Amino acid sequence: MFNLSYKTQRILILFGFLTIPVLLSLTFSYYPALSLLYYSFTDWSGLGWEMNWVGFDNYKEIFSRPEIFGVFKNNAYYFVGGLLQTCVALYFAIVLTSRLKGRNIFRSMLFIPYVLHSVAIVIMFRNVYHVQYGSLNIFLEAIGLGSWQQQWLGNPHLVNFSLAFISIWKYFGLTMVIFIGALQSIPADNYEAAKIDGASGWQTFRFITLPSIRSVLELMLILTLTGALEAFDIPYIMMLGANDTHTFVSKTVDMAFKFQQAGLASAMAVVLLLIVIAFIILQRKLLFREEK
Amino acid sequence: MERQNKAWTIFRYVTIAIGLFIVFFPIYSVLISAFKTQTEYYNSGLQLPHDWFNFDNFRKVFKVGRLGLGFKNIFIILVVSLAGNVLIGTMVAYALGRFDFKMKKPIMGMYLVAQVIPMITTQVATFQVIKFLGAYNEIYAPMLLYLGADVLQIVIYLQFVNNIPRDLDESAMVEGASLFKIYRSIIFPLLAPATATLIIMKTISIYNDFYTPYLYMPSRKLQVVSTAIYSFVGPNAAQINVISAGILIIFIPTLVIYLFLQRYIFAGVTNGAVK
Repeated sequence: MFNLSYKTQRILILFGFLTIPVLLSLTFSYYPALSLLYYSFTDWSGLGWEMNWVGFDNYKEIFSRPEIFGVFKNNAYYFVGGLLQTCVALYFAIVLTSRLKGRNIFRSMLFIPYVLHSVAIVIMFRNVYHVQYGSLNIFLEAIGLGSWQQQWLGNPHLVNFSLAFISIWKYFGLTMVIFIGALQSIPADNYEAAKIDGASGWQTFRFITLPSIRSVLELMLILTLTGALEAFDIPYIMMLGANDTHTFVSKTVDMAFKFQQAGLASAMAVVLLLIVIAFIILQRKLLFREEK
Repeated sequence: MERQNKAWTIFRYVTIAIGLFIVFFPIYSVLISAFKTQTEYYNSGLQLPHDWFNFDNFRKVFKVGRLGLGFKNIFIILVVSLAGNVLIGTMVAYALGRFDFKMKKPIMGMYLVAQVIPMITTQVATFQVIKFLGAYNEIYAPMLLYLGADVLQIVIYLQFVNNIPRDLDESAMVEGASLFKIYRSIIFPLLAPATATLIIMKTISIYNDFYTPYLYMPSRKLQVVSTAIYSFVGPNAAQINVISAGILIIFIPTLVIYLFLQRYIFAGVTNGAVK
């Protein structure tokens, strides 16, 4: 079919196979990231193309207006929730790799929330949390804990916990499966040896399991952190930012598309981007240290 | 020692039972609500529905919420994006994995860095690109974004290409096969396991995606499943039984994929994370 020399073919393949993908990546990853940086120094509204250079004004505004930078405190709920989720997931991963009847079925069932549709999950929890007819309050009443009934979404002290719980509920199975993968790659010999030496369960966990999965543990921490920083869907779909539930990203989206302050929103996005990249570099560094 | 083991086993089962309860309690409440009438829902609490064959709620949410349209749109978007992702991923991986050339390192580096940029942060600027290309409020917008901004598949395919022995290419070349034929008949088929995992993982993530269709396709004609249920809930928030039916329907596709292709999903999750 092709009577061309391999040299010509090589050039054709390289151009043919790489041009479009590289162009796509430049257009949808790099150009936006760079123009974001540019917009962040302007007073652009997001409508039309009129914009004036304002230097670092947007950045100053972010750090001086507590209602902007302060929303990071709402991201903290998702971070704490993520830490809790990591601990619980590690516990279940250990239990479900130990000798136990039905462990594969339990594993599959606990993973289900992760594959369910994210928007539908949030709406499902809106119904669960409903003050009067929500299944959670009805259940508490039914088991005689009527006094524990709460306005899960109405109470400003509680709402962010309720939202962070949805995130735990959805992602806990994912973390568990990742831990199970890591646990299964620990050679069984190590445990045999520990058993012969008479190590207790806790000692085995502390001195064999934990060190063996340290890199995965670190990865999970970074993912928890970046995931918490990027939290958006749950508060946005559930509350539209009402009742002090805005996260940094939902605030950015509102600032850009609702309040027409695209310049300021760009600066917020740049700040977030820098924080996230800093954490990812930190994680790579940790990983690299290990390989050395 | 024996007694301690027994206590530990009981403890494990009790915690698993609690875990399962927490996972299934919300799903149970959706399941029972979906089959109840409005008055039944308000009066019967957590009891099972009277009539498991009461499909009124399903009919209503399909009609008013236009779920059928949502499924059709997301299906089109999925087919195009997945085909594109697989093609682009295997092509780039072949070109970068098999040939040495001047631009190889920069392009490789470009993909590794792009992987780190969180898409959600750059929306303000991406929005202008989509508008400029005339794709705003068109079904192409999410397709372009799923093709262009998500590079996970390239990184994964690259690892797999490096594991295919180069001897295969060379013996094909001895027989006079063209480079394109080597890609098509050797590399592409041997990447099938990675392709299977990728297709499943991406199907779930694209099906679940909310903000891309929400921001880029506000038109009612272009609603996908996630935006359809979102806009249905707004004005109908009081009809929890109807909403529950919608939630249940939306849960089904990925749940079915999961039940049948669990193996690939677990493989994808573990490979993706521990790379």
